[in-house]
Amino acid sequence: MESLLHQVLSGLATGSIYASMALALVMIYQATHHLNFAQGEMAMASTYLAWSLIDAGLPYWAAFVLTIALSFAAGVALERIVLRPLTNAPVLSLVIVFIGLLVIFNSVAGWIFTYTIKTFPSPFPTQPLFGGLLSGHELGAMSVTLIMLLLLYLFFRYTRLGLAMRAAAQNPVSSRLAGVRVGWMLALGWGMAAAIGAVAGMMIAPVVFLDPNMMAGVLLYAFAGALVGGIDNPMGAVVGGFIVGVLENLAGAYLIGTELKLTLALVVIVGVLVVKPSGLLGRVLVSRV
Amino acid sequence: MPALLEANALRAYYGARPVLHGLSFSVPEGGIATLLGANGAGKTTTLRALCKMLRVEGEIRFAGQRIDHRSTEQIVRLGIAHVPDGRGTFVDLTVEENLKVGAITRRDREIAGDFERAYGYFPRLKERRRQQAGTLSGGEQQMLAIARALMLRPRLLLLDEPSFGLAPLLVEEIFRIMRQINQQEHVSILLVEQNASLALDLADDAYLLETGRLVLSGKAADIAKAESVRRSYLGY
Repeated sequence: MESLLHQVLSGLATGSIYASMALALVMIYQATHHLNFAQGEMAMASTYLAWSLIDAGLPYWAAFVLTIALSFAAGVALERIVLRPLTNAPVLSLVIVFIGLLVIFNSVAGWIFTYTIKTFPSPFPTQPLFGGLLSGHELGAMSVTLIMLLLLYLFFRYTRLGLAMRAAAQNPVSSRLAGVRVGWMLALGWGMAAAIGAVAGMMIAPVVFLDPNMMAGVLLYAFAGALVGGIDNPMGAVVGGFIVGVLENLAGAYLIGTELKLTLALVVIVGVLVVKPSGLLGRVLVSRV
Repeated sequence: MPALLEANALRAYYGARPVLHGLSFSVPEGGIATLLGANGAGKTTTLRALCKMLRVEGEIRFAGQRIDHRSTEQIVRLGIAHVPDGRGTFVDLTVEENLKVGAITRRDREIAGDFERAYGYFPRLKERRRQQAGTLSGGEQQMLAIARALMLRPRLLLLDEPSFGLAPLLVEEIFRIMRQINQQEHVSILLVEQNASLALDLADDAYLLETGRLVLSGKAADIAKAESVRRSYLGY
Protein backbone atom coordinates (compact mmCIF):
# COMPACT_ATOMS: atom_id res chain seq x y z
CA MET A 1 0.00 0.00 0.00
CA GLU A 2 2.79 2.34 0.98
CA SER A 3 4.59 1.62 -2.24
CA LEU A 4 1.43 2.25 -4.26
CA LEU A 5 1.01 5.63 -2.58
CA HIS A 6 4.65 6.37 -3.29
CA GLN A 7 4.19 5.54 -6.97
CA VAL A 8 1.10 7.74 -7.21
CA LEU A 9 2.74 10.71 -5.49
CA SER A 10 5.89 10.54 -7.51
CA GLY A 11 3.71 10.10 -10.62
CA LEU A 12 1.96 13.34 -9.71
CA ALA A 13 5.34 15.02 -9.35
CA THR A 14 6.47 14.08 -12.88
CA GLY A 15 2.88 14.60 -13.99
CA SER A 16 3.18 18.26 -13.02
CA ILE A 17 6.05 18.58 -15.52
CA TYR A 18 4.02 16.87 -18.24
CA ALA A 19 1.07 19.09 -17.36
CA SER A 20 3.17 22.23 -17.86
CA MET A 21 4.56 21.05 -21.18
CA ALA A 22 1.10 19.95 -22.29
CA LEU A 23 -0.22 23.40 -21.39
CA ALA A 24 2.53 25.03 -23.45
CA LEU A 25 1.57 22.85 -26.43
CA VAL A 26 -2.13 23.56 -26.05
CA MET A 27 -1.63 27.33 -25.75
CA ILE A 28 0.02 27.40 -29.15
CA TYR A 29 -2.42 24.87 -30.58
CA GLN A 30 -5.46 26.87 -29.53
CA ALA A 31 -4.20 30.02 -31.19
CA THR A 32 -2.76 28.51 -34.37
CA HIS A 33 -4.08 24.94 -34.70
CA HIS A 34 -0.53 23.74 -35.02
CA LEU A 35 1.46 21.53 -32.68
CA ASN A 36 4.84 22.95 -31.89
CA PHE A 37 7.08 19.90 -32.12
CA ALA A 38 10.02 22.05 -31.04
CA GLN A 39 8.42 22.90 -27.69
CA GLY A 40 10.53 20.30 -25.87
CA GLU A 41 13.79 21.37 -27.50
CA MET A 42 13.03 25.00 -26.65
CA ALA A 43 12.66 23.91 -23.02
CA MET A 44 15.94 21.98 -23.28
CA ALA A 45 17.71 25.07 -24.63
CA SER A 46 16.30 27.11 -21.73
CA THR A 47 17.60 24.54 -19.29
CA TYR A 48 21.08 24.77 -20.80
CA LEU A 49 20.83 28.52 -20.45
CA ALA A 50 20.00 28.10 -16.75
CA TRP A 51 22.90 25.67 -16.38
CA SER A 52 25.29 28.20 -17.97
CA LEU A 53 24.07 30.98 -15.70
CA ILE A 54 24.50 28.82 -12.60
CA ASP A 55 27.88 27.66 -13.89
CA ALA A 56 28.87 31.31 -14.28
CA GLY A 57 28.24 31.78 -10.56
CA LEU A 58 24.68 33.09 -10.36
CA PRO A 59 22.64 31.90 -7.36
CA TYR A 60 20.03 29.28 -8.33
CA TRP A 61 16.91 31.40 -8.00
CA ALA A 62 18.47 34.37 -9.80
CA ALA A 63 19.35 32.06 -12.68
CA PHE A 64 15.82 30.60 -12.51
CA VAL A 65 14.14 34.00 -12.89
CA LEU A 66 16.58 35.24 -15.54
CA THR A 67 16.10 32.04 -17.55
CA ILE A 68 12.34 32.46 -17.52
CA ALA A 69 12.64 36.08 -18.66
CA LEU A 70 15.12 35.31 -21.44
CA SER A 71 13.10 32.29 -22.61
CA PHE A 72 10.01 34.47 -22.78
CA ALA A 73 11.85 37.01 -24.91
CA ALA A 74 13.24 34.28 -27.14
CA GLY A 75 9.78 32.80 -27.59
CA VAL A 76 8.38 36.18 -28.64
CA ALA A 77 11.30 36.73 -31.01
CA LEU A 78 10.85 33.27 -32.55
CA GLU A 79 7.22 33.98 -33.34
CA ARG A 80 7.92 37.43 -34.75
CA ILE A 81 10.92 36.43 -36.86
CA VAL A 82 10.31 32.83 -37.94
CA LEU A 83 6.56 32.19 -37.72
CA ARG A 84 5.00 35.53 -38.54
CA PRO A 85 6.09 35.39 -42.19
CA LEU A 86 4.47 31.94 -42.40
CA THR A 87 1.02 33.04 -41.20
CA ASN A 88 -0.72 31.93 -44.38
CA ALA A 89 1.61 29.08 -45.26
CA PRO A 90 0.16 25.58 -45.78
CA VAL A 91 0.13 23.21 -42.80
CA LEU A 92 2.91 21.07 -44.17
CA SER A 93 5.33 24.01 -44.38
CA LEU A 94 4.70 24.76 -40.73
CA VAL A 95 5.19 21.14 -39.70
CA ILE A 96 8.53 21.19 -41.50
CA VAL A 97 9.48 24.46 -39.80
CA PHE A 98 8.64 23.00 -36.38
CA ILE A 99 10.66 19.87 -37.08
CA GLY A 100 13.45 22.05 -38.43
CA LEU A 101 13.46 24.09 -35.22
CA LEU A 102 13.57 20.86 -33.23
CA VAL A 103 16.64 19.63 -35.08
CA ILE A 104 18.34 23.03 -35.00
CA PHE A 105 17.87 23.50 -31.25
CA ASN A 106 19.01 19.93 -30.63
CA SER A 107 22.15 20.09 -32.72
CA VAL A 108 23.14 23.59 -31.68
CA ALA A 109 22.86 22.53 -28.03
CA GLY A 110 24.97 19.47 -28.78
CA TRP A 111 27.50 21.58 -30.63
CA ILE A 112 27.85 24.14 -27.83
CA PHE A 113 27.49 21.92 -24.77
CA THR A 114 28.41 18.47 -26.23
CA TYR A 115 26.21 15.42 -25.85
CA THR A 116 27.84 14.48 -22.54
CA ILE A 117 25.24 14.16 -19.82
CA LYS A 118 25.50 16.88 -17.16
CA THR A 119 24.02 17.04 -13.69
CA PHE A 120 21.64 19.87 -13.02
CA PRO A 121 21.25 21.21 -9.49
CA SER A 122 18.00 21.11 -7.56
CA PRO A 123 17.25 23.99 -5.23
CA PHE A 124 15.40 21.62 -2.90
CA PRO A 125 16.75 19.26 -0.23
CA THR A 126 17.32 15.79 -1.64
CA GLN A 127 16.44 13.73 1.41
CA PRO A 128 13.23 11.69 1.31
CA LEU A 129 10.18 13.14 3.06
CA PHE A 130 7.21 11.56 4.83
CA GLY A 131 9.02 8.28 5.42
CA GLY A 132 10.21 7.92 1.83
CA LEU A 133 6.91 8.68 0.13
CA LEU A 134 8.27 11.65 -1.80
CA SER A 135 11.68 13.22 -2.27
CA GLY A 136 12.33 16.84 -1.40
CA HIS A 137 12.92 17.63 -5.05
CA GLU A 138 9.68 15.99 -6.16
CA LEU A 139 7.69 17.99 -3.63
CA GLY A 140 9.52 21.20 -4.54
CA ALA A 141 9.18 20.71 -8.30
CA MET A 142 5.49 19.92 -7.92
CA SER A 143 4.97 23.05 -5.80
CA VAL A 144 6.78 25.27 -8.28
CA THR A 145 4.78 23.99 -11.23
CA LEU A 146 1.50 24.17 -9.32
CA ILE A 147 2.19 27.78 -8.34
CA MET A 148 3.02 28.56 -11.97
CA LEU A 149 -0.19 26.91 -13.19
CA LEU A 150 -2.20 28.83 -10.60
CA LEU A 151 -0.61 32.14 -11.64
CA LEU A 152 -1.37 31.36 -15.27
CA TYR A 153 -4.97 30.56 -14.42
CA LEU A 154 -5.36 33.85 -12.55
CA PHE A 155 -3.69 35.73 -15.39
CA PHE A 156 -5.99 34.33 -18.07
CA ARG A 157 -9.09 34.51 -15.93
CA TYR A 158 -8.81 37.92 -14.34
CA THR A 159 -6.54 40.23 -16.31
CA ARG A 160 -7.36 42.35 -19.32
CA LEU A 161 -4.34 41.07 -21.22
CA GLY A 162 -5.28 37.48 -20.40
CA LEU A 163 -8.77 38.08 -21.76
CA ALA A 164 -7.34 39.68 -24.90
CA MET A 165 -5.11 36.63 -25.45
CA ARG A 166 -8.02 34.23 -25.00
CA ALA A 167 -10.18 36.29 -27.36
CA ALA A 168 -7.42 36.46 -29.99
CA ALA A 169 -6.90 32.69 -29.87
CA GLN A 170 -10.59 31.99 -30.14
CA ASN A 171 -11.73 34.40 -32.80
CA PRO A 172 -8.94 36.44 -34.40
CA VAL A 173 -11.20 38.29 -36.83
CA SER A 174 -13.62 39.42 -34.17
CA SER A 175 -10.74 40.33 -31.85
CA ARG A 176 -9.20 42.54 -34.48
CA LEU A 177 -12.56 44.26 -34.89
CA ALA A 178 -12.54 44.95 -31.14
CA GLY A 179 -9.09 46.54 -31.48
CA VAL A 180 -7.04 43.64 -30.08
CA ARG A 181 -3.55 43.47 -31.59
CA VAL A 182 -3.88 39.82 -32.54
CA GLY A 183 -0.36 39.41 -33.91
CA TRP A 184 1.17 40.53 -30.65
CA MET A 185 -1.14 38.32 -28.61
CA LEU A 186 0.17 35.37 -30.59
CA ALA A 187 3.76 36.42 -29.95
CA LEU A 188 3.01 36.77 -26.23
CA GLY A 189 1.51 33.27 -26.29
CA TRP A 190 4.77 31.95 -27.76
CA GLY A 191 6.74 33.79 -25.12
CA MET A 192 4.61 32.34 -22.35
CA ALA A 193 4.81 28.82 -23.76
CA ALA A 194 8.60 29.15 -23.92
CA ALA A 195 8.70 30.41 -20.32
CA ILE A 196 6.49 27.55 -19.13
CA GLY A 197 8.78 25.12 -20.92
CA ALA A 198 11.79 26.70 -19.22
CA VAL A 199 10.28 26.06 -15.79
CA ALA A 200 9.40 22.49 -16.73
CA GLY A 201 12.91 21.89 -18.07
CA MET A 202 14.61 23.25 -14.96
CA MET A 203 12.36 21.17 -12.72
CA ILE A 204 12.82 17.88 -14.60
CA ALA A 205 16.55 18.26 -15.34
CA PRO A 206 17.75 17.17 -11.87
CA VAL A 207 15.80 13.91 -12.41
CA VAL A 208 16.49 13.06 -16.05
CA PHE A 209 19.87 14.90 -16.16
CA LEU A 210 20.85 17.50 -18.69
CA ASP A 211 21.59 16.51 -22.27
CA PRO A 212 20.31 17.69 -25.66
CA ASN A 213 17.81 14.83 -25.84
CA MET A 214 16.43 15.22 -22.33
CA MET A 215 13.02 16.54 -23.37
CA ALA A 216 12.23 13.99 -26.09
CA GLY A 217 10.52 11.63 -23.67
CA VAL A 218 8.94 14.43 -21.68
CA LEU A 219 7.41 15.95 -24.81
CA LEU A 220 5.96 12.61 -25.81
CA TYR A 221 4.28 12.27 -22.41
CA ALA A 222 3.10 15.86 -22.70
CA PHE A 223 1.52 15.09 -26.09
CA ALA A 224 -0.20 12.12 -24.52
CA GLY A 225 -1.38 14.30 -21.64
CA ALA A 226 -2.66 17.03 -23.95
CA LEU A 227 -4.57 14.46 -26.01
CA VAL A 228 -6.03 12.73 -22.96
CA GLY A 229 -7.34 16.04 -21.65
CA GLY A 230 -8.41 17.42 -25.00
CA ILE A 231 -5.97 19.18 -27.29
CA ASP A 232 -7.99 22.39 -27.37
CA ASN A 233 -8.59 22.70 -23.64
CA PRO A 234 -5.84 24.13 -21.37
CA MET A 235 -7.47 22.85 -18.20
CA GLY A 236 -7.83 19.43 -19.80
CA ALA A 237 -4.16 19.44 -20.81
CA VAL A 238 -3.10 20.02 -17.22
CA VAL A 239 -5.38 17.28 -15.90
CA GLY A 240 -4.23 14.97 -18.71
CA GLY A 241 -0.58 15.64 -17.86
CA PHE A 242 -1.13 14.56 -14.26
CA ILE A 243 -3.08 11.48 -15.36
CA VAL A 244 -0.30 10.43 -17.73
CA GLY A 245 2.33 10.98 -15.00
CA VAL A 246 0.54 8.70 -12.57
CA LEU A 247 -0.29 6.15 -15.26
CA GLU A 248 3.34 6.05 -16.38
CA ASN A 249 4.56 5.39 -12.86
CA LEU A 250 1.98 2.78 -11.98
CA ALA A 251 2.39 0.90 -15.24
CA GLY A 252 6.16 1.08 -14.90
CA ALA A 253 6.04 -0.32 -11.38
CA TYR A 254 3.37 -2.97 -11.69
CA LEU A 255 2.75 -3.83 -15.31
CA ILE A 256 5.44 -3.36 -17.90
CA GLY A 257 8.65 -2.34 -16.18
CA THR A 258 10.71 0.74 -16.90
CA GLU A 259 11.91 -0.24 -20.38
CA LEU A 260 8.48 0.02 -21.94
CA LYS A 261 7.35 3.18 -20.15
CA LEU A 262 7.82 5.42 -23.16
CA THR A 263 5.88 3.00 -25.30
CA LEU A 264 3.00 3.54 -22.93
CA ALA A 265 2.87 7.21 -23.97
CA LEU A 266 2.50 6.14 -27.59
CA VAL A 267 -0.15 3.61 -26.68
CA VAL A 268 -2.06 6.34 -24.87
CA ILE A 269 -1.73 8.70 -27.85
CA VAL A 270 -2.97 6.12 -30.33
CA GLY A 271 -5.65 4.91 -27.92
CA VAL A 272 -7.10 8.37 -27.37
CA LEU A 273 -7.06 9.19 -31.07
CA VAL A 274 -8.90 5.98 -31.89
CA VAL A 275 -11.41 5.89 -29.05
CA LYS A 276 -12.08 9.51 -28.09
CA PRO A 277 -10.21 12.01 -30.27
CA SER A 278 -11.64 15.00 -28.43
CA GLY A 279 -10.14 13.85 -25.12
CA LEU A 280 -11.76 14.04 -21.70
CA LEU A 281 -12.54 17.76 -21.66
CA GLY A 282 -12.17 18.67 -25.30
CA ARG A 283 -14.80 19.94 -27.66
CA VAL A 284 -16.15 17.64 -30.32
CA LEU A 285 -15.64 19.40 -33.62
CA VAL A 286 -18.60 19.26 -35.88
CA SER A 287 -18.17 20.71 -39.30
CA ARG A 288 -20.89 21.29 -41.80
CA VAL A 289 -20.22 19.95 -45.25
CA MET B 1 -24.94 67.43 -41.92
CA PRO B 2 -21.16 67.08 -42.51
CA ALA B 3 -19.94 63.60 -43.34
CA LEU B 4 -18.39 61.51 -40.57
CA LEU B 5 -17.29 58.81 -42.97
CA GLU B 6 -16.51 59.40 -46.60
CA ALA B 7 -15.41 56.93 -49.24
CA ASN B 8 -14.11 58.17 -52.58
CA ALA B 9 -13.60 55.84 -55.53
CA LEU B 10 -13.22 52.92 -53.14
CA ARG B 11 -11.95 49.75 -54.77
CA ALA B 12 -11.37 46.45 -53.01
CA TYR B 13 -9.78 43.17 -54.00
CA TYR B 14 -10.03 39.54 -53.01
CA GLY B 15 -6.54 38.49 -53.97
CA ALA B 16 -6.04 39.99 -57.42
CA ARG B 17 -9.73 40.04 -58.25
CA PRO B 18 -11.45 43.41 -57.91
CA VAL B 19 -14.80 43.16 -56.12
CA LEU B 20 -15.67 46.82 -55.54
CA HIS B 21 -15.31 49.12 -58.51
CA GLY B 22 -14.94 52.66 -57.24
CA LEU B 23 -17.68 53.38 -54.72
CA SER B 24 -18.25 56.88 -53.40
CA PHE B 25 -20.58 57.33 -50.48
CA SER B 26 -20.76 58.96 -47.06
CA VAL B 27 -22.34 58.60 -43.66
CA PRO B 28 -23.58 61.87 -42.14
CA GLU B 29 -22.40 62.81 -38.65
CA GLY B 30 -25.09 61.63 -36.27
CA GLY B 31 -27.11 60.09 -39.09
CA ILE B 32 -27.87 56.68 -40.53
CA ALA B 33 -26.94 55.51 -44.01
CA THR B 34 -27.84 52.17 -45.48
CA LEU B 35 -26.31 50.02 -48.20
CA LEU B 36 -28.85 47.92 -50.02
CA GLY B 37 -28.53 45.32 -52.70
CA ALA B 38 -29.00 41.67 -53.56
CA ASN B 39 -26.85 38.80 -52.35
CA GLY B 40 -23.33 39.15 -53.71
CA ALA B 41 -23.71 42.84 -54.54
CA GLY B 42 -20.73 43.68 -52.31
CA LYS B 43 -22.44 45.06 -49.19
CA THR B 44 -20.49 42.98 -46.68
CA THR B 45 -17.33 43.52 -48.71
CA THR B 46 -17.83 47.27 -48.49
CA LEU B 47 -18.00 47.14 -44.67
CA ARG B 48 -14.92 44.92 -44.61
CA ALA B 49 -13.08 47.29 -46.92
CA LEU B 50 -13.83 50.23 -44.62
CA CYS B 51 -12.11 48.30 -41.79
CA LYS B 52 -9.22 47.30 -44.04
CA MET B 53 -9.99 43.63 -43.76
CA LEU B 54 -9.04 43.33 -47.41
CA ARG B 55 -6.83 45.21 -49.83
CA VAL B 56 -8.33 48.54 -50.84
CA GLU B 57 -7.55 51.43 -53.14
CA GLY B 58 -9.12 54.86 -53.10
CA GLU B 59 -9.76 57.20 -50.26
CA ILE B 60 -11.52 56.61 -46.95
CA ARG B 61 -11.91 59.53 -44.59
CA PHE B 62 -13.17 59.36 -41.03
CA ALA B 63 -13.84 62.68 -39.29
CA GLY B 64 -11.79 64.33 -42.02
CA GLN B 65 -8.77 62.07 -41.51
CA ARG B 66 -7.48 59.61 -44.12
CA ILE B 67 -7.74 56.08 -42.69
CA ASP B 68 -7.21 53.94 -45.78
CA HIS B 69 -3.54 53.31 -44.97
CA ARG B 70 -4.22 52.23 -41.38
CA SER B 71 -4.58 48.72 -40.00
CA THR B 72 -7.88 47.23 -38.79
CA GLU B 73 -6.86 47.56 -35.15
CA GLN B 74 -5.94 51.23 -35.58
CA ILE B 75 -9.19 52.01 -37.39
CA VAL B 76 -11.21 50.38 -34.61
CA ARG B 77 -9.34 52.45 -32.04
CA LEU B 78 -10.50 55.62 -33.80
CA GLY B 79 -14.05 54.72 -32.82
CA ILE B 80 -15.41 52.58 -35.64
CA ALA B 81 -17.19 49.51 -34.31
CA HIS B 82 -17.98 46.76 -36.78
CA VAL B 83 -20.72 44.24 -36.06
CA PRO B 84 -19.66 41.58 -38.56
CA ASP B 85 -21.88 39.20 -40.45
CA GLY B 86 -22.16 35.97 -38.51
CA ARG B 87 -22.05 38.13 -35.36
CA GLY B 88 -18.46 37.32 -34.42
CA THR B 89 -19.37 35.89 -31.03
CA PHE B 90 -16.59 34.66 -28.75
CA VAL B 91 -18.42 31.42 -28.08
CA ASP B 92 -16.25 30.12 -25.24
CA LEU B 93 -16.25 33.40 -23.33
CA THR B 94 -19.09 34.43 -21.07
CA VAL B 95 -21.50 37.15 -22.15
CA GLU B 96 -19.82 39.58 -19.77
CA GLU B 97 -16.36 38.68 -21.04
CA ASN B 98 -17.59 39.30 -24.59
CA LEU B 99 -18.54 42.82 -23.54
CA LYS B 100 -15.18 43.27 -21.82
CA VAL B 101 -13.44 42.39 -25.07
CA GLY B 102 -15.52 45.11 -26.71
CA ALA B 103 -14.05 47.63 -24.27
CA ILE B 104 -10.54 46.23 -24.38
CA THR B 105 -8.99 49.29 -26.01
CA ARG B 106 -10.42 51.66 -23.40
CA ARG B 107 -8.66 52.76 -20.22
CA ASP B 108 -11.21 55.19 -18.79
CA ARG B 109 -13.23 54.73 -15.62
CA GLU B 110 -16.63 54.79 -17.25
CA ILE B 111 -16.52 51.22 -18.48
CA ALA B 112 -18.47 49.89 -15.48
CA GLY B 113 -21.31 52.30 -16.25
CA ASP B 114 -21.27 51.28 -19.90
CA PHE B 115 -21.98 47.67 -18.96
CA GLU B 116 -25.18 48.88 -17.33
CA ARG B 117 -26.08 50.96 -20.38
CA ALA B 118 -25.52 48.01 -22.69
CA TYR B 119 -27.62 45.82 -20.39
CA GLY B 120 -30.20 48.63 -20.36
CA TYR B 121 -30.68 48.23 -24.12
CA PHE B 122 -30.59 44.45 -23.91
CA PRO B 123 -31.92 43.28 -20.51
CA ARG B 124 -31.83 39.69 -21.67
CA LEU B 125 -28.06 39.80 -21.84
CA LYS B 126 -27.89 40.83 -18.20
CA GLU B 127 -29.82 37.74 -17.16
CA ARG B 128 -27.31 35.65 -19.07
CA ARG B 129 -24.13 37.50 -18.29
CA ARG B 130 -22.38 34.53 -16.67
CA GLN B 131 -23.42 32.13 -19.44
CA GLN B 132 -21.09 31.01 -22.23
CA ALA B 133 -21.94 33.14 -25.24
CA GLY B 134 -22.05 30.09 -27.51
CA THR B 135 -25.15 28.90 -25.68
CA LEU B 136 -27.16 32.02 -26.61
CA SER B 137 -29.82 31.95 -29.29
CA GLY B 138 -29.20 33.65 -32.64
CA GLY B 139 -31.16 36.73 -31.61
CA GLU B 140 -29.35 37.01 -28.31
CA GLN B 141 -26.01 36.68 -30.08
CA GLN B 142 -27.02 39.52 -32.40
CA MET B 143 -27.86 41.63 -29.35
CA LEU B 144 -24.53 40.66 -27.83
CA ALA B 145 -22.71 41.68 -31.01
CA ILE B 146 -24.32 45.13 -30.95
CA ALA B 147 -23.73 45.49 -27.19
CA ARG B 148 -20.08 44.50 -27.66
CA ALA B 149 -19.71 47.14 -30.35
CA LEU B 150 -21.27 49.77 -28.05
CA MET B 151 -18.67 48.98 -25.37
CA LEU B 152 -16.10 50.63 -27.63
CA ARG B 153 -18.03 53.93 -27.29
CA PRO B 154 -17.92 54.21 -31.06
CA ARG B 155 -18.65 57.28 -33.13
CA LEU B 156 -19.63 55.07 -36.04
CA LEU B 157 -21.32 51.70 -35.99
CA LEU B 158 -21.02 49.41 -39.03
CA LEU B 159 -23.84 46.88 -38.89
CA ASP B 160 -23.85 43.86 -41.18
CA GLU B 161 -27.33 42.41 -41.62
CA PRO B 162 -28.54 42.57 -38.03
CA SER B 163 -31.84 41.05 -39.11
CA PHE B 164 -30.28 37.93 -40.61
CA GLY B 165 -31.99 34.73 -39.50
CA LEU B 166 -34.11 36.38 -36.82
CA ALA B 167 -37.83 36.18 -36.18
CA PRO B 168 -39.75 39.28 -37.39
CA LEU B 169 -40.65 40.45 -33.88
CA LEU B 170 -37.02 40.30 -32.81
CA VAL B 171 -35.97 42.15 -35.95
CA GLU B 172 -38.35 44.97 -35.09
CA GLU B 173 -36.99 45.12 -31.56
CA ILE B 174 -33.42 45.31 -32.79
CA PHE B 175 -34.28 48.07 -35.28
CA ARG B 176 -36.04 50.01 -32.54
CA ILE B 177 -32.94 49.73 -30.36
CA MET B 178 -30.70 50.83 -33.24
CA ARG B 179 -32.77 53.99 -33.58
CA GLN B 180 -32.45 54.58 -29.82
CA ILE B 181 -28.70 54.08 -29.97
CA ASN B 182 -28.45 56.52 -32.85
CA GLN B 183 -30.49 59.16 -31.04
CA GLN B 184 -29.38 58.73 -27.43
CA GLU B 185 -25.71 57.90 -27.92
CA HIS B 186 -25.24 60.10 -31.00
CA VAL B 187 -23.66 57.16 -32.78
CA SER B 188 -23.72 57.36 -36.56
CA ILE B 189 -24.65 54.14 -38.31
CA LEU B 190 -23.85 52.50 -41.62
CA LEU B 191 -26.31 49.67 -42.04
CA VAL B 192 -26.11 46.82 -44.50
CA GLU B 193 -29.45 45.07 -44.94
CA GLN B 194 -31.37 42.61 -47.04
CA ASN B 195 -34.61 43.80 -45.53
CA ALA B 196 -34.85 46.98 -47.62
CA SER B 197 -38.15 48.29 -46.30
CA LEU B 198 -37.02 48.25 -42.68
CA ALA B 199 -33.64 49.73 -43.56
CA LEU B 200 -35.14 52.57 -45.65
CA ASP B 201 -37.50 53.30 -42.82
CA LEU B 202 -34.61 53.74 -40.39
CA ALA B 203 -32.01 55.43 -42.56
CA ASP B 204 -31.51 59.02 -43.69
CA ASP B 205 -29.48 58.17 -46.79
CA ALA B 206 -29.52 55.07 -48.91
CA TYR B 207 -27.17 53.56 -51.49
CA LEU B 208 -28.02 50.78 -53.84
CA LEU B 209 -25.26 48.35 -54.84
CA GLU B 210 -25.16 46.01 -57.78
CA THR B 211 -22.16 43.71 -58.35
CA GLY B 212 -19.68 46.06 -56.74
CA ARG B 213 -21.01 49.29 -58.24
CA LEU B 214 -23.35 51.94 -56.88
CA VAL B 215 -26.39 52.19 -59.11
CA LEU B 216 -28.41 54.65 -57.07
CA SER B 217 -28.04 56.95 -54.11
CA GLY B 218 -30.28 59.44 -52.41
CA LYS B 219 -32.51 60.18 -49.46
CA ALA B 220 -33.92 56.98 -48.02
CA ALA B 221 -37.43 58.43 -48.01
CA ASP B 222 -37.25 59.26 -51.74
CA ILE B 223 -35.98 55.83 -52.67
CA ALA B 224 -38.67 54.18 -50.61
CA LYS B 225 -41.24 56.20 -52.57
CA ALA B 226 -39.85 55.45 -56.03
CA GLU B 227 -42.03 52.59 -57.13
CA SER B 228 -39.88 51.45 -60.05
CA VAL B 229 -36.72 51.25 -57.95
CA ARG B 230 -38.51 49.31 -55.28
CA ARG B 231 -39.85 46.79 -57.77
CA SER B 232 -36.73 46.27 -59.81
CA TYR B 233 -34.07 46.37 -57.12
CA LEU B 234 -35.57 45.90 -53.71
CA GLY B 235 -38.22 43.34 -54.44
CA TYR B 236 -41.10 44.47 -52.28
